[in-house]
Amino acid sequence: MNILVCVKRVPAPGAKINVTEDGLSVDSAHLGFTTSPHEECALEEAVQISERDGGEVTVLTLGPVEAEEQLRYGASVGAHHIILVPTDGSAWDPQRTAAALTTAIEQAEQANGQPFDLILFGNESADSGGFQVGVRVALKLGRPSVNAIKGIDPGDGSVIARREIDGGFEVYEVPTPAVLGIKEGINLPRYPTMKGRLASKKATLETAEIAAEPGGQALIRLHRPPEQASTTEILGTDETAAVRIVDILEEIGVLA
Amino acid sequence: MSLLVVLEHDRGKWVEANDEALTAARKLASDMGVELHAALVGVGARDLVSQAATGGAAVVHLCEHEVLTDYGPDAVGETVAQLVASINPSAITAVGTSRGNEVLAQLAARADLPFVANCMTVAPSDGPWSMTRVQWGGSLLEDATLDAPTKVLSFGHHSVVAEVADAPGAGEVREFAPALDPAMAATIVRDRDVQTAGVTLSTAPVVISGGRGVGSAEGFDQLEELAELLGGRVGCSRAVTNLGWRNHTDQVGQTGTRIAPEIYIATGISGAIQHWVGAMASKRILAINTDAEANMVTKADYAVIADLHKVVPAITAEIRRRQG
Repeated sequence: MNILVCVKRVPAPGAKINVTEDGLSVDSAHLGFTTSPHEECALEEAVQISERDGGEVTVLTLGPVEAEEQLRYGASVGAHHIILVPTDGSAWDPQRTAAALTTAIEQAEQANGQPFDLILFGNESADSGGFQVGVRVALKLGRPSVNAIKGIDPGDGSVIARREIDGGFEVYEVPTPAVLGIKEGINLPRYPTMKGRLASKKATLETAEIAAEPGGQALIRLHRPPEQASTTEILGTDETAAVRIVDILEEIGVLA
Repeated sequence: MSLLVVLEHDRGKWVEANDEALTAARKLASDMGVELHAALVGVGARDLVSQAATGGAAVVHLCEHEVLTDYGPDAVGETVAQLVASINPSAITAVGTSRGNEVLAQLAARADLPFVANCMTVAPSDGPWSMTRVQWGGSLLEDATLDAPTKVLSFGHHSVVAEVADAPGAGEVREFAPALDPAMAATIVRDRDVQTAGVTLSTAPVVISGGRGVGSAEGFDQLEELAELLGGRVGCSRAVTNLGWRNHTDQVGQTGTRIAPEIYIATGISGAIQHWVGAMASKRILAINTDAEANMVTKADYAVIADLHKVVPAITAEIRRRQG
């Protein structure tokens, strides 16, 4: 089973996110970058499937040239091929992103002489969270898609996909080739080994320059939500605070 | 001229998010000066018409087809796309649940329209619309514009407080039979695997979470004990999931479960952005942490600056004492 994983380079935030002066991006001056968490798990899932059942894993990203870092990371944890669709570094809207990714995927499939059995996306990106690029790509390619997947069991000509719902899972049987939106929790992603890191430096980076027209959604400005003017009431500094805590639980009616 | 709100249901069971969807849609339809229509799709939808009307829908489009035996993104998305082509609403909305965003993404892709997910506020106009939407799960907001002949947007789940409609809508039922390719049955739900009956993390009135400060998987036993006393559920931070102490299904946060309990008790959790955005819809937050400067403490309504390993058992003991 050959699997393509589409990933996105995003800042790795800590306790706070600041915005640049022009309001168009996250101030990443003091932040590192990472692969969006759902996609990191999608990649791990693809690598696990290829280790178990054979086949190759390709990682594709659309982003600034620096996103090569996330592709090399993908190679370090087991991806066989890496493809970059470079942008000028500005944030592309979902329609534009989906159009360019579709072209890149069609080119890769043409070069391979066959479609990817599975294309995995993160359920949504950690930053812009548009909840749609995977669905758009699936429809452009004419393939079925299901989101929020937290379990994949590959079969012959189809995959069993488990979608998280409140208190359990829905089970789908999706014919391949298919597109799935993956959620964190499907697995625990590995850390790269030293051997993997070294090998990733030698991985061949393919670059696909693709132009695409902007869509109808435009970013005007990012800003932080107004701080809730909350004052924290300190109930105590040792376990005697338990009395006051239980008073509160009684007051708000959660204690029968 | 109309605004179409796409409602969801679980095999004929109304979902709470619909109350949010209708609340947001009533206001938007009124701002637009148009009639509110609702779409209900699939088996069991017929039973929910009166609830949609109570929520303010003047017209309810009841969409049925033999393929629509249960939820399926392709079949439901195509149904809504055909309905939209038929009735030509000015805008289509839903609440940004997992299904809500998926169906609108399907619609937008099929109709080749932009789709703005997880809006907080929307300002309609004759030209491009302006909106404020969620980024980073709510840690940042984005002012955006939407330029399209038909507007497709979702409201962020929990970003609207559900209210009862001042007056019900007429609820005129219009049947709509989509033309669906039987192949679309491929992505219909086949089966369900229910793991937690009863109260879940997202519906629990009390959630007690532990972070790295709990120290071990066994350290969660005391949280379990307290949660059971309170009829609540135990949650955890992403750090804990990554350490393998708890299953990811217990994770509260941007990439885990978003909770909205009456009270959230966060123990030994520093409160990284990723965690905070999953907890911020809680009505009250109590942080128990040795670090008075921790983000979770400074954002909480109540805090105890002490070791959770002493405070949590003391709470349990105090509840048992009062209950005799």
